[in-house]
Amino acid sequence: MAEVRFIHAVNRALHDAMEADPTVFVIGEDVGVAGGSFKATRGLYEAYGEARVYDAPISEAAIAGVAVGAALTGMRPVAEIMFMDFMTLTMDMLVNQAAKARAMFGGQGSVPLTLRAPHGGGLSAGPQHSQCLEAWFAHVPGLKMVCPSNPADAYSLLRAAIADPDPVIVVENKALYAMKGDLPDDPEEIVIGKAHIARPGADATVVTYGAMVGEALKAAETAAADGIDVEVIDLRSLQPWDEATVLESLARTHNLVVVHEAVEAFGMGAEIAARMADVGFDELDGPIVRVGAPFAPSPFAKSLEAVYRPKAADILAALKKSLA
Amino acid sequence: MQRAQIEALYRQMLVIRRAEEKLQTLFADGQVPGFLHLSIGQEAIAAGVSSCLQDTDTVSSNHRGHGHALAKGVSLEGFFAEILGKETGVCKGRGGSMHVADLSVGMLGANGIVGAGLPITTGSALALKMQGQGGVAVVYFGDGALAEGVVHECFNMAALWKLPVLFVCENNGWSEFSPSDRQMAGSLKKIAAAFGVKYAAADGNKVVDVAETAAKLVRAMRKSTAPAVLECETTRIRGHFEGDRQDYRDPDEIAGLDARDPLRQAQSILSEAGVAAAWFDQVATEADAEIDAAVAAAIAAPEPAPEDLLADVYTPLEGQAHG
Repeated sequence: MAEVRFIHAVNRALHDAMEADPTVFVIGEDVGVAGGSFKATRGLYEAYGEARVYDAPISEAAIAGVAVGAALTGMRPVAEIMFMDFMTLTMDMLVNQAAKARAMFGGQGSVPLTLRAPHGGGLSAGPQHSQCLEAWFAHVPGLKMVCPSNPADAYSLLRAAIADPDPVIVVENKALYAMKGDLPDDPEEIVIGKAHIARPGADATVVTYGAMVGEALKAAETAAADGIDVEVIDLRSLQPWDEATVLESLARTHNLVVVHEAVEAFGMGAEIAARMADVGFDELDGPIVRVGAPFAPSPFAKSLEAVYRPKAADILAALKKSLA
Repeated sequence: MQRAQIEALYRQMLVIRRAEEKLQTLFADGQVPGFLHLSIGQEAIAAGVSSCLQDTDTVSSNHRGHGHALAKGVSLEGFFAEILGKETGVCKGRGGSMHVADLSVGMLGANGIVGAGLPITTGSALALKMQGQGGVAVVYFGDGALAEGVVHECFNMAALWKLPVLFVCENNGWSEFSPSDRQMAGSLKKIAAAFGVKYAAADGNKVVDVAETAAKLVRAMRKSTAPAVLECETTRIRGHFEGDRQDYRDPDEIAGLDARDPLRQAQSILSEAGVAAAWFDQVATEADAEIDAAVAAAIAAPEPAPEDLLADVYTPLEGQAHG
């Protein structure tokens, strides 16, 4: 057991996956000699050389497309898109090609590609380097998506993504890259699609993922002081998402808050809330309340970003609204 | 080129031509669901290029891709059943005309998105290079695709990484309903030169020229991996899609295409080389018999069962559910 930073857990997962499987290779902008913009790929080029670590030109569409073609030809590419915002340039390759190949070809093969991309604000990175666009991809049948909240999950979810036969997007919150946490020598295997109860509770359920897990746990601590026992579910996997675990929790707590850093409108939370309003209607003692960013581009100015990004206080307010 | 090789190329072109003419009829009869883009007039490119490929090489194609699929080895049975949307189709009727794929013969799929085959093929070439077995990847695209940005990304990437990819441009002078000179300010030859990619041109309606030029490029690529462009000027005789009345085209232009018909040109070469008229009749009879049998089987085959709607969206895995 060692305490590592989130980014080092990602790095170790890449090293271990490349060592375990010679068909795994890494492709992305500055992932080789430079070791990646956030250093997620540090040391891979030195260990595996240019035959397995590709410093790609600034061509996001081609990076994603090359990953699709290589995956259809027996390899397991791990592509890095430097910021999730840049995934707008990969849309055809992910949405029309990677996501559809298996179904469209009648199950002849699959596209075992992994695409890593950092999302999230809090760094004054501005409107084109902060967005959380996961709802765009969760809407597309054929894609899978995971979003870890801590170093150990970052390791295990990335290994699961690389081992998965279908295309998986791994969304990493860049504000978490420096986060420290325990990473066991023999890390836990995580099944894509299974949520984790980060904090058990009896009075209300907060469903969230990624960096907002930490904010939700903070909110839960504060609520506990007021005598409200909050359960926090870390989804870990956004597509598929663990409807059964959320419903089971709702059946115990009868109150639900859904939280994400992404813009609230039309987000992951809308889907989760709508499903629970349907299959969990009889369990609800109060309204399902969503917490997300306001309907505006991610701001640059510190003063604006401070109010834009959801935090524990917003989650507390939502809990009170749900429980009122 | 040996006469036997030209005969084989002619036979391949004829199968593609007759298969598409059959599709044309079936479409007019309302038996083909969806859209249909025919490559009639362009058969020499698929036949010529595929003649120098092996099963382990890969190709990807575009919306006008019937010839590419058949020439790469997709069976007529799987082909017709696919386009008719039947369970016995090569993609179990899930793709249709614009998505015919057969991974077992290296056919990575036709494609409904213009230019999308290039990055897929570039990636396939990267995989083949990493696997080190001398495989090459081929992509067929129209001149209209040159206006797509990703095409240029791929030329750059393939050149940087010396990938064994053959970019085959089927230049038929039309980008859907618009003439190419209103679509593209540059030329493919100059674009290739800008990236340092080897360029060759062939008459896309002369199958021997296509086959010989492609063979030279592919041979070089197998020895020492590097991309190449093969531009084939050709003729789209039918509309952009079946049902296109081609009002935007000069009827004289279309009538003038007959003289360049790739089958007619190959036939004259063979006739001059002494091939008897009876041979051509026999080849046509055999092709039609195979096609008729495949079509009959496709018509008789069942459509996909409604309860299979969600099958194959994801690979089935123990412990994983999807919503």
